[in-house]
Amino acid sequence: MSNSYTSDILKPFKLKTKQQELLIRVLILCLVYILAFITRLFSVLRYESMIHEFDPYFNYRTTLYVTQHGFYDFWNWFDYESWYPLGRIVGGTLYPGLMVTAALIYRLLHFLRFAVHIREVCVLTAPFFASNTTLVAYFFGKEIWDSGAGLVAAILIAVCPGYISRSVAGSYDNEGVAIFALLFTFYLFVKAVNTGSLAWGLASAFGYFYMVSAWGGYVFIINLIPLYVLVLLITGRYSMRLYVAYNCLYILGMLLAMQIRFVGFQHVQSGEHMAAMGVFFLMQVFYFLDWVKHMLSDTNLFQEFLRITVTCAVAVGGIALGVGMASGYISPWTGRFYSLLDPTYAKDHIPIIASVSEHQPTAWSSFMFDFHILLFLFPAGLYFCFKRLSDATIFIVMYGLTSMYFAGVMVRLILVATPAVCLISAIAVSATVKNLTVLLRSKTKVAQIGSTKGTSSAKASSKASLDQSQPFQKNGAMALLFGAFYLLSRYATHCTWVTSEAYSSPSIVLAARGAHGNRVIFDDYREAYFWLRQNTPLDAKVMSWWDYGYQITAMGNRTVIVDNNTWNNTHIATVGRAMSSYEDEAYEIIRSLDVDYVLVVFGGVTGYSSDDINKFLWMVRIGGGVFPVIKEPDYLVNGEYRIDKGAAPKMLNCLMYKLSYYRFGEMMTEYGKPPGYDRARGVEIGNKDIKLEHLEEAFTTSNWIVRIYKVKPPNNRW
Amino acid sequence: MKSFRFCFLMLTIAILASPALSDLVLSKVDRRIYLTSHIVRISSTVKVENAGPEKESLVLLAFPEQQAKNMAYLMATPHEGKGKVKNPVVALPVEAANPKDMPAALTFYSVSLPKGLAEGDSFTFDVLAVFTHALRPIPEQITQADIQLVLYQDSAHYLSPYAVKVQSLSVKLPDSRIESYTKLENTKIHGSEIKYGPYENLPSFSYSPIAVHFESNLPFAVAQELVREIEISHWGNVQVTEHYKLIHGGAQSKGEFSRLDFLARPNVRGASAFRYLVANLPPRAHSVYYRDEIGNISTSHLRGDSKKTELLIEPRYPMFGGWRTAFTIGYGLPLQDFLYESDGKRFLNITFSSPMVELVIDALIVKVVLPEGSSDISVAASFPVEQWQETKISHLDIDGRPVVVLKKTNVVPQHNQFFQVYYHFSQLSMLREPLMLISGFFFFFVACIVYMHADISISKSSASYLAKQQWEEVQAVIQQVQNIISRCLTTHDNLEASLRDLSRTGNIQACKAARKAADGLLKELSKELKPLLTFLQSSPSAAQVLPKVEELVAKERELQEKVMVKHSTVVDGYEKKLGARDIENRVALQQQKLTALRQEVDDLLEFIDEI
Repeated sequence: MSNSYTSDILKPFKLKTKQQELLIRVLILCLVYILAFITRLFSVLRYESMIHEFDPYFNYRTTLYVTQHGFYDFWNWFDYESWYPLGRIVGGTLYPGLMVTAALIYRLLHFLRFAVHIREVCVLTAPFFASNTTLVAYFFGKEIWDSGAGLVAAILIAVCPGYISRSVAGSYDNEGVAIFALLFTFYLFVKAVNTGSLAWGLASAFGYFYMVSAWGGYVFIINLIPLYVLVLLITGRYSMRLYVAYNCLYILGMLLAMQIRFVGFQHVQSGEHMAAMGVFFLMQVFYFLDWVKHMLSDTNLFQEFLRITVTCAVAVGGIALGVGMASGYISPWTGRFYSLLDPTYAKDHIPIIASVSEHQPTAWSSFMFDFHILLFLFPAGLYFCFKRLSDATIFIVMYGLTSMYFAGVMVRLILVATPAVCLISAIAVSATVKNLTVLLRSKTKVAQIGSTKGTSSAKASSKASLDQSQPFQKNGAMALLFGAFYLLSRYATHCTWVTSEAYSSPSIVLAARGAHGNRVIFDDYREAYFWLRQNTPLDAKVMSWWDYGYQITAMGNRTVIVDNNTWNNTHIATVGRAMSSYEDEAYEIIRSLDVDYVLVVFGGVTGYSSDDINKFLWMVRIGGGVFPVIKEPDYLVNGEYRIDKGAAPKMLNCLMYKLSYYRFGEMMTEYGKPPGYDRARGVEIGNKDIKLEHLEEAFTTSNWIVRIYKVKPPNNRW
Repeated sequence: MKSFRFCFLMLTIAILASPALSDLVLSKVDRRIYLTSHIVRISSTVKVENAGPEKESLVLLAFPEQQAKNMAYLMATPHEGKGKVKNPVVALPVEAANPKDMPAALTFYSVSLPKGLAEGDSFTFDVLAVFTHALRPIPEQITQADIQLVLYQDSAHYLSPYAVKVQSLSVKLPDSRIESYTKLENTKIHGSEIKYGPYENLPSFSYSPIAVHFESNLPFAVAQELVREIEISHWGNVQVTEHYKLIHGGAQSKGEFSRLDFLARPNVRGASAFRYLVANLPPRAHSVYYRDEIGNISTSHLRGDSKKTELLIEPRYPMFGGWRTAFTIGYGLPLQDFLYESDGKRFLNITFSSPMVELVIDALIVKVVLPEGSSDISVAASFPVEQWQETKISHLDIDGRPVVVLKKTNVVPQHNQFFQVYYHFSQLSMLREPLMLISGFFFFFVACIVYMHADISISKSSASYLAKQQWEEVQAVIQQVQNIISRCLTTHDNLEASLRDLSRTGNIQACKAARKAADGLLKELSKELKPLLTFLQSSPSAAQVLPKVEELVAKERELQEKVMVKHSTVVDGYEKKLGARDIENRVALQQQKLTALRQEVDDLLEFIDEI
């Protein structure tokens, strides 16, 4: 009695099944949102709240500039501190989305009276956007499959190493916000195609605008979407919804994208964007034909008309393209684009692209490392997608397949494939688990009914004969379900492990294990940059290989000759040439570039392997690409790269060798090895008696990782 | 160098020409110059005697311009015998003086004696003068391997406007390696100490230049600028943040810096460099950090006990002559150690200067950030400081926190005295920020609730809006239908339960009563169901659900009938007193149908639920 009484009271508060489900869903999403954020904080806990790697330092510096000088100054900023003596028009040569986003967040926080430092905002921008990406993944999954798949997709993408690698705290790079923008644009576009609503089309155009402002990877969108539209046209899935969605996205997105100075008129002038325009015109032809078909009752007449129109349209399009290309109005494809389509192109033609490790073709191990079980779930998900084909699933299939191809071409493009892989795998997981639970549930229901009804043994026996085939099936489903959960839990542990071990190192601060298992920190980069900042004249020019350019300008606050924005190949080649020449020849180049300090990175003492000696062959190649004086074989012995006694004489006396190993011959690096033993390469160096004539050692960090040399003024002639 | 000496000579002549000031006579002067650090301390014990008839209470101290420029600190205290227990000494008031008829090249300070000196009386007091930048590195540029040599210049005679009867001078050096020193009569050298004197009966303004050129590898740490920010939080913390701009003020380094040499023999190759600084923080300092503009600096050590907290910090690189660095240290202190209350006013009592050992600060700016809402602010410091007010906007501030800024140039460790900032602050103001946060969240949730419940569509008459509204109505009705059906199903369960009771107890009457009640209820429910169904039939947007709902209702009705039939059969059987097995056999077929129907109804319910 009392029981029923309380239940009566609680009745208004009791949630309906729908509401319970909603509550659980929201709760899971909140947890995933938080999880995606905190799993990216390993680096902050292990090291400190700092900016990582190379490019983020430039982004940080520009963000600082936006917050201090305002948007218009930033837009017109001419940076004298890089590419000396050329300078760089920063406002016109970058994608401002990231900086503006961070500056807006900073302003908003200050408006709400949270006096945070801009550095904290920059460090946490990527994790914040990763969290937002999980939400988008949820809605995307819901759009293409169901809310279950959406939830699984959100969870998978929250911890997927392929995405975490570019979005840990401190990795303040364009990709951090761009993946969010990419997925968001795709989601809005699919939503627009599904509903045919102009509002969603408009939203997708703005999503596209944000993507264009944030990352050069927008080219992927502007080529994938036309391809998708084309596939829909060919498979006969053309609809008014598609027409509205695509036209809205293309026209408005194009106009908006032109507002970004770095992109400018590329949408109508560059070969990479022509596919979108072609499909746009094709859509109009299609629509026109549809209308004519509607008006004409005679099918034969229509066939005739169709033939003529299609021929004319194709011919006009072809001629326009040909004229555009020939007159130079439409620029041909760039090298980067070519190297995407043809993996071997960069290696042969553009050494500067090939020299970057993240532009190398992907190894199987890194696929496994970044995707883990998703790699197996991906084909399964494709199967489910093909089983339930719709406009949305066709889109995700195309996105998945194309991005997987690109991920195979370049390591860094795994990032673009990650959302697609997560979504498709989520479909596989969700569909499988759902099927299994349906199996389980239907049986339990029968069993329940069997138990609630009468207790007659006769019926029980007849029931049992009816259920005979089912226990095996039920157990199988159970086992499979456990298997799925086991796999997913393995995935979670793998992701956490990868994040903490591989992707959370800032690469500015190096950590190693000491002899007693204690943690040793090499903070040499910052030591050197801070020394530059404090103890050199304000207008000092520093020459180094381009990798360190952004860091020197951001942390050292000094002018550099070349930096990571590799826009001028000749300038970089000049530096490469100086590094690979003899000292007196190099001195001429150095003088002509008005250099005051030369900075080299050297890992021979600590065994740090990504130093300048290991990058040296690229300097030779890039230098030799412009100045044929520099020949790669001069630095090799029988095609082999050596630094010991058997090295090529040119190698032993070039500037880079001298600067790296100056007075290293007197240094004991390892017990039981001769002095001058290079620990990074495991050999004794070949030239121990290095004299410098025109340069002098100005500073070497405590572990020798960074060595800075001062360029002496020319000798008096009298 | 030569012209410098010549200047002094001229000065001496000029001074000698001027007349004596009063009848005071210094009967004994002991001077000790400590050159053991780059901060020069001169401590003098002066015994003054009144030889004239008039009562005198002011004693003048004279310093040449060169020294006065570098003087950071001057204090006079009454002399106490060596054996005595140190009472809290009361400093004698010292003021800058500008007496007439005195050479312009000298700067004067006057010491007020506690009581006037009558004729023949004498009084002994100590004077401590501290100078910065008084050591000049010579040579001015050295290489990494060189040792640093510095030059100190002063007078062997005590420069005073009074005649001095007996005087002596001792110069203490860091160690015994001395390049050169001025030899006068009565000059002795003991290890690292040079003694001049005693000299007797010298007239006023006697001056005899001496120069000591010696080796000093002590850290010449000079903070060109130090900004200390002391922020009070009444939640229990005093946060101190100190921004240093540091330079090695010794001989400039020139030529190469070789890390190899520095690693191999840091005390020879790099003797003039300093590698670390020590800061003595107050006890119970916590959350100490050490960083600079580009990030955390990992080379620091913290040791603490109940008396003090010692922080040893290493700059990123060894500091050679002329090298600069900049860094920030910060630490939190417990509020109760530094904040007190008197006369309804609160006051902060904290040290003025940097906790660094042997650090010269060229310009020190102390900012005391008081909590938002503080008023009536006043500062009490034991030496003159420049002072103004600012506001700082920090977390959750509306109109900013009042900041008292104190500025002082040429600061030495002697200035590290306590100063007080008095202010009014109401305890209630503490609640402002938490309340702001709470209300912020509150309004956020209220906004969410309003958004969820408000109808914000623009066109109320558009087709899609109407369709949506209709659909919502349909959903509500379907929900009601579902409720009714599930109530029917529970009634069926009750009937079944009554049958089970019957088989257990054999109470037919109770079973019949249950049947009656169920009949009534079911009738009522079917009545309720009717208008709902008619609504669904009339609504166009329910067209796709309607067949399912109708099927559901039909199945339920069938189920109802079957249950009734079964019930009557069983009750009949009991009334006829048939065996249990018999009855079961009779209803077995019905039971199977019932189960199948029930399953169908459940499936339908689930299906409708998912729409």
